Amino acid sequence: MSEPLQRTPLYDLHVELGARLVPFAGWEMPVQYSGIIEEHLAVRRAAGLFDVSHMGEVRVRGRDAAAFLDRVMTNEMSTLKPGAARYTLMCQPDGGCVDDLIVYRFSENEFFICLNASNAAKDIQWLRDHVSTAKVEIIDECKLWAQLALQGPLAEKILSLVTTLPLASIKRFGFLVGEVAGASGCVVSRTGYTGSAGFEIYLPAASGIQVARALLTSGKAHGLIPVGLGARDSLRLEANYPLYGHEISERISPIQAGLGWTVKFNKEQFIGREALRRQAEGGPTSSVVLFSLNDRRIARQGATVYAGETPVGEVLSGTFSPTMNKPIGTALVAAGYVNSEQLTVDIRGTRLPLTISVTPFVK
Amino acid sequence: MSQVPATLRYTKDHEWVRQESDGTVTIGITDHAQAALGDVTFVDLPKAGKTFSTGEVFGTVESVKAASDLYCPIAGEVVEANAQLNDSPDLVNREPYGGAWMIRVKPKNPAEVNQLLDAAAYSATL
Repeated sequence: MSEPLQRTPLYDLHVELGARLVPFAGWEMPVQYSGIIEEHLAVRRAAGLFDVSHMGEVRVRGRDAAAFLDRVMTNEMSTLKPGAARYTLMCQPDGGCVDDLIVYRFSENEFFICLNASNAAKDIQWLRDHVSTAKVEIIDECKLWAQLALQGPLAEKILSLVTTLPLASIKRFGFLVGEVAGASGCVVSRTGYTGSAGFEIYLPAASGIQVARALLTSGKAHGLIPVGLGARDSLRLEANYPLYGHEISERISPIQAGLGWTVKFNKEQFIGREALRRQAEGGPTSSVVLFSLNDRRIARQGATVYAGETPVGEVLSGTFSPTMNKPIGTALVAAGYVNSEQLTVDIRGTRLPLTISVTPFVK
Repeated sequence: MSQVPATLRYTKDHEWVRQESDGTVTIGITDHAQAALGDVTFVDLPKAGKTFSTGEVFGTVESVKAASDLYCPIAGEVVEANAQLNDSPDLVNREPYGGAWMIRVKPKNPAEVNQLLDAAAYSATL
């Protein structure tokens, strides 16, 4: 508990920019700079730069690396092409989630994985615990990398000002390795967690602050501003992207979370396969839904969802959506109520009607 | 640093109180409070005619980050609530001491205002 908070390589820049710093997953992270709504809208309209250096990285390599990852991940890794990345879950035998991750294939026998900060140590231990051959090497690289997310419709334009990499050639979930703002060995990936276009950039830790400064300076004229974790949460929720500990967790499986597309039952064996298959075939007992409220009050994590007077679920995430100009959120709702038009949520004693949305609020 | 106008009285819970010439007091939240809350999205205020005792919860201010209770600094009856905050809750961030006043109260005991913190004493708590 009392371990000192870790600081990212961009810490001095956050202080200089006047960020409000808060503890998050053991790190001292910027929650906001100019204001959550302003930062959110900058990403939707122009571009925002996020320090996500708290995220973990692990390299998995060796002759059996692909087969090993197929066995611990729900998605298929052996079919991933070098130069491409794939979103996946890593599950427990009971189908609960260990973490959600993005796996990059560098070459035939070399993979690079991005982990949630709160789960990084657990994930690396999990991988080590499930290696049964000497032909897989697992290398903890959490301390080696800084990570930036450059997100928004102008992200490509801004990134092109500081790199000669052929960005237009990078497809969604593709990546290139090269020089960005004088820092070599950067991984530039067309991925993101906002629902807007953009890139995630892995850089050698020591280069992090220099690249962030170069981007902010070059991007300023295009409306680029630094964005904190507050807007990162409202952006990802509008796009209906899950956050570990909320929409997915040790007790909420990918099938319940609507992430069945990441679970490849054509693979003969992977951890969690039997439990997930039962859920997929029989239907899960509860599922995650996305909702909005026609009110100004926010339904926050833990708020109870009702059908009439019967409690049928609980809110997992809740925030104010600047795009919709109303509160949005996710809830875990018992089977049989996920399409209900009669649900309400209790906010400090007031029951407000909840409108389930089958599509994300952006794109 | 946050603004603390010398002409107002304060509570340690970050409400401000302004004595009006007609004997009522106007109540709002301080610049420090709005900065700590972040972008305000909703303000829930009582209707005129409601009475509150000192320290009682009279409303809620909700920001992107959290919902926080508002505590009545002075016992009395609400004579008016700021209806503008229904449509423009973000006024709380822009004009905490002006357009974003929250309620006007007719104090039960007008002397109670003198027991509140002055600007120097409030500043010392920040």
